[in-house]
Amino acid sequence: MPFIANTDAQRNEMLAEMGMTMEDLFADIPPQLRHDNFDLPAGISEQQVRDKLADIAGTNMISLTCFLGGGFYDHFIPAAVYALMSRSEFYTAYTPYQPELSQGTLQAIYEYQSSICRLTGMDVSNASLYDGGTALYEAMMMALSATRRRKVIMDTSVNPIYRMMIRSYTENLAIALAEPSCEQGMVNRDAYDRLIDDDTAAVIVQNPNFFGCIDDFSDLAEMAHRRGALLIMSCYPIALGILKTPKEMNADIVTGEGQSLGIPMSFGGPYLGFMGATKKLVRKMPGRVVGQTIDKHDQRAFVLTLQAREQHIRRDKATSNICTNQALCALTAHAYMSLLGKQGLPEVAQLCVDKAHYAYERLTAIPGIKPQFRGKTFFNEFVLDLPCEARYVVGQLIAKGFAAGFPLSRYYDNMENALLVCVTEKRTKEEIGMLAEALESVL
Amino acid sequence: MKLVFEKSVPSRKAFRMGPRDVPSSVSIDESLLRKKPADLPELSELDVVRHFTELSRRNFGVDTNFYPLGSCTMKYNPKVNERIASYPGFAHLHPLLPQLRMGGMLTQGALRVLYEMDRFLCEIAGMDGFTMQPMAGAHGELTGLMIMAAYHRSKGTQKKYILAPDSAHGTNPSSAAIAGYEVISVPTGNRGILEPEEVRRHLNPEVAGLMLTCPNTLGLFNPHIAEICELIHGVDGLAYYDGANLNAIVGQARPGDFGFDIIHINLHKTFSTPHGGGGPGAGPVGVRADLVDFLPVSVVVKRDDGTYALEYDRPHSIGYVAPFYGNFGIILRAYVYILMLGKEGLKRVSQNAVLNANYLKEKLKDHYDLAFDGVCKHECVFSPTQAMLDNDVHALNIAKSLIDRGFHPPTIYFPSIVREAIMIEPTETESKETLDRFIAAMIEIAELALSDPQQIRDAPVTTPVSRPNETIAARVLDIASIA
Repeated sequence: MPFIANTDAQRNEMLAEMGMTMEDLFADIPPQLRHDNFDLPAGISEQQVRDKLADIAGTNMISLTCFLGGGFYDHFIPAAVYALMSRSEFYTAYTPYQPELSQGTLQAIYEYQSSICRLTGMDVSNASLYDGGTALYEAMMMALSATRRRKVIMDTSVNPIYRMMIRSYTENLAIALAEPSCEQGMVNRDAYDRLIDDDTAAVIVQNPNFFGCIDDFSDLAEMAHRRGALLIMSCYPIALGILKTPKEMNADIVTGEGQSLGIPMSFGGPYLGFMGATKKLVRKMPGRVVGQTIDKHDQRAFVLTLQAREQHIRRDKATSNICTNQALCALTAHAYMSLLGKQGLPEVAQLCVDKAHYAYERLTAIPGIKPQFRGKTFFNEFVLDLPCEARYVVGQLIAKGFAAGFPLSRYYDNMENALLVCVTEKRTKEEIGMLAEALESVL
Repeated sequence: MKLVFEKSVPSRKAFRMGPRDVPSSVSIDESLLRKKPADLPELSELDVVRHFTELSRRNFGVDTNFYPLGSCTMKYNPKVNERIASYPGFAHLHPLLPQLRMGGMLTQGALRVLYEMDRFLCEIAGMDGFTMQPMAGAHGELTGLMIMAAYHRSKGTQKKYILAPDSAHGTNPSSAAIAGYEVISVPTGNRGILEPEEVRRHLNPEVAGLMLTCPNTLGLFNPHIAEICELIHGVDGLAYYDGANLNAIVGQARPGDFGFDIIHINLHKTFSTPHGGGGPGAGPVGVRADLVDFLPVSVVVKRDDGTYALEYDRPHSIGYVAPFYGNFGIILRAYVYILMLGKEGLKRVSQNAVLNANYLKEKLKDHYDLAFDGVCKHECVFSPTQAMLDNDVHALNIAKSLIDRGFHPPTIYFPSIVREAIMIEPTETESKETLDRFIAAMIEIAELALSDPQQIRDAPVTTPVSRPNETIAARVLDIASIA
């Protein structure tokens, strides 16, 4: 049998030594609760399973030229990233509860926390959360607990998938959630001035927002702080290579989807939720945190710390129920950030900006296509206003070999003709030109 | 060892960007840009590779040696799983593709994996529908409780409490609290299991449900499980099966047949996906037929023509708990494992897991105090003997001594209802020879604890660091190196 070591002879030998039969070992399960006739296929060999899965993988269409983003991005991943996260000393380990055997994982997480702090400008970070959406939910729960208030204001320019997740999570809780409409693709300050009150725990925004537009939320932070509320920002980590940091805008908590930091798209996961916060909020943070210390010989060492916040100690009083997180994905992101480094990350970010702006010029020059939000500064995504329904156009372009973008009508009313186009550093001038030609041909 | 930042050399680069084939440097208004670049390391590719390789050598995984961490099921992670997860047809698939017009047809392979995994898990667990969305066991618990809350809301009943035994994983009470419930902790009886009498004593009409691991964290199967589920149903509560220990009964019995209504399964335990140094895991949730409507969206369905599709229009659904379809790469690995083992293989999994645990228990019970005697399932729990404690040798010292003998220690000090617990879970992938070596090490430590306790108290002496100071870590709170 694959993956099971003991031979039948050894099984019998062990049973004989104990004076028991295999049936004795399961005698504690009442016979009427046993089940013997599982409707499952017979096992197959490695060769068969690899052939079968190669066939299955072959029915997934990955040959489309990707202009699809929406918070999940097709960035280039250096080969060294995969090589390092594939070291089995990392991936076959578990939670570093025995620090002497886990200094590798612990130091990697400490360095990852440091890189997230350096990238976002925030004071503290944790060992990771499941994804950008649950990270945003955890940030909201943190704010509710820190302020002891029960109202949250979340802008409609925040990723609509995250907004739906937060709505699900708050359904059974006594929380008032307001979602003011953005205006011309940007946060409408007037609405916030009216909405933020003495019961507001947090204001949640995103930068760049779901439409790709870049904002400076310093004024919103001030507006929130004046009334004792916190500012939570969801960020795109590649964009932080050049954009004003959440810290420079006085945000209190920053979260984001770390997939773009060297993690493959893998049809939705595993991904990486990252989080940074001000020092003041450190004891409200969810999940594991690694700290530096010394061992009994005064050598540098790393341990899990602040565990008194966590579920295995505090049980129903814990800051979060998270236990297993995304440690290997955090390590992957850390390897990616180390390889790109201080110069490489801004270079990738700038290349995204340049290519996206080139595409914007090319595509908006097509007769009948206009920018949806004229004059707004964007990072590597922008919205086109097509002369017809975007979802049909996208359907036609699939046949021509393009995932041309995301039709916004799926999540926004009155935006039938709006198409969200994303351009990463992987797209070439030639591909952008071909998209422009294909798009023009179907209008 | 130096931090990666301390190895940095100004202007050194690992990575060449490119190509730049468009006009350069669009300028974004300075007010929107950061003042200076993030202070990430400046290193060559070899510098980075050596740094991470050095880190990896300061780590211990299942591939290193025996890792009997109780309740974590540290079984072997087949290499074929990793190979298949890296196939470009899976790794490079954008999750938004199915939301495009006719987009489901672009991802038939991925949808097939999700659909067939749903069928497999339904059969294995005795449930009627699964969601693959939860991204870890605790996330599955929260999802299951949200489904429970939706069920009670749909019936218009006011429910307030969740019952959980005092031996439960910390995630159970924590998930219940976060889902908006109050937790009633039910004491474990003298036999090490939850007694129906205790459940009855704590029941009231406001009980929304019970969360239970079976076999429990002591490795004991509860023979009254069906009766307990019936008691919960008697107040219109739902019985939630925490599948953390499914490894012990997979292929032998099904939680759905016991009377459980909702279940989560830790794919990184029973179904061999790697633990990753603390994730990513996956915690699919299954439910009985009348709860299927509450499952998160989207749901994968198979159409009459044999194609697969995602359904989003499900009015009773609790909504989204993950952005897409869960940790797909992990689900894929577990799918591969189930295909390879098949029906007979899965049965052998639980047989060997239980055989190995009982073998260890029998061989060690004369040397350590056994918390509860009798047949165990996948794990057993010991304590140091009184004589060891009198010599100031504790569970922690025993754990650290195992490290010097090349083994990863068992889980210690959990479950907390056992004094100085040492919780050992060998898993089915370990051989008799490995178990015998571990048993010999445990017996040697037991003897030294009486004859030379100082040696045990000094452990470990073979590791790069020894007994890091947690008090200093918490006091200084250096959790990030910021330039």
